Amino acid sequence: MATFKFELVSPERMLFAGDVVSVIVPSVEGEMTVLAGHAPLVATLKAGIVFVQTTGSNGKEFFVNGGLIEINASTTTILAEQGRFLEDVNAAVLDQEILTAETKLAATQVEDEKRRLHEALVQLREFKHVFEGRKAA
Amino acid sequence: MPSLKDLRNRIASVKATQKITKAMQMVAAAKLRRAQAAAEAARPYAERMETVLANLAAGVSGASAPRLIAGTGADKVHLLVVCTAERGLCGAFNSSIARLARDHAQALKAQGKTVKIICVGKKGYDILRRQFEKDIIELIDLRAFKQVGFVNAEGIANNILSRFGAGEFDVATLFFSKFKSVISQIPTAQRIIPAEIPAGTKVSEAVYDYEPDESEILETLLPRNLTVQVLRAILENAASEQGARMSAMDSATRNAGEMIKKQTQLYNRSRQAMITKELIEIISGAEAL
Repeated sequence: MATFKFELVSPERMLFAGDVVSVIVPSVEGEMTVLAGHAPLVATLKAGIVFVQTTGSNGKEFFVNGGLIEINASTTTILAEQGRFLEDVNAAVLDQEILTAETKLAATQVEDEKRRLHEALVQLREFKHVFEGRKAA
Repeated sequence: MPSLKDLRNRIASVKATQKITKAMQMVAAAKLRRAQAAAEAARPYAERMETVLANLAAGVSGASAPRLIAGTGADKVHLLVVCTAERGLCGAFNSSIARLARDHAQALKAQGKTVKIICVGKKGYDILRRQFEKDIIELIDLRAFKQVGFVNAEGIANNILSRFGAGEFDVATLFFSKFKSVISQIPTAQRIIPAEIPAGTKVSEAVYDYEPDESEILETLLPRNLTVQVLRAILENAASEQGARMSAMDSATRNAGEMIKKQTQLYNRSRQAMITKELIEIISGAEAL
């Protein structure tokens, strides 16, 4: 299968770099799958799971919270505001993130920033719901 | 000629100093490893961010460009953000950053521009205060944080952004020390507002699709970029500081060792001279009888 170069970086470190078959990302306008030869695109991300398919059968999952994906002819890059391996994510981590988002929201006065943070918070809560459903299943 | 007791005291005090500098060197070496790892781990993100931004900025032009890229159109008031360490005893680290900032500020003033300074770190403030007391508008103290991270950078970036929003300055420059190796740290000035698009970045020809839309993405990306640049400056600075301290303390330890050697030799010589003198006195006294 055709592969393409993919990188997932968070401010703290590089989470993934290598050739992949497909990547599923949680864009703000819905989930999308990126395959080799995708048209150039820049999209912002919401809280969710990035699924990276490295070979035909193997995959890796990551948790991202905000950030953006840039796709061009040579590489695909996700710049996550926060990123972790999915194995490291649990309810406590998510609760902590939600709490941080809430305090940040309470602290800002700027209207635009408030709207943005509020959206992020809603996305995070939504994701927590999905995450718990997934675990139960 | 100092007495034997003086010499003994002197040797003891140099030995005590040597112990301190040696301990500081070892602590700095341990901290350096962590700081260096953090600085290096943060590099890919900052680099990718730069490329993405360069690609995006190439697409926007003219009056529609956001102010963080295009600037305010004026070039009157300059903001210097000077990042230094909170502690001294690290060689020329603090003074070389402060010197770069000072030269910059003087050049700007000579051109008749207004200079405002924000100091991140107490040491830079102490140095710059002598000359630019009136121009320093804020001192950001990071001493309370053991490990500076994203939160601190975000705080500083938001501070800068709100000042920019209020129209307090036109151009912002960040001063920090780039970590090259343990023995080499390069004081650097980086323009952050309007965002500096690094020359030579390969700009892809492709026309991007945007989701949701271009201006909205740039609006979130640009403040984000500022935070990342500040974070990078802080992390590079932390690594540089430990590196500079390590090599400064290393040479201090070596100097102390040399001094101990010299003083011990002097002590032994004068002790021997004293004994010889006493012997001569005794013998010549015996002969006289």
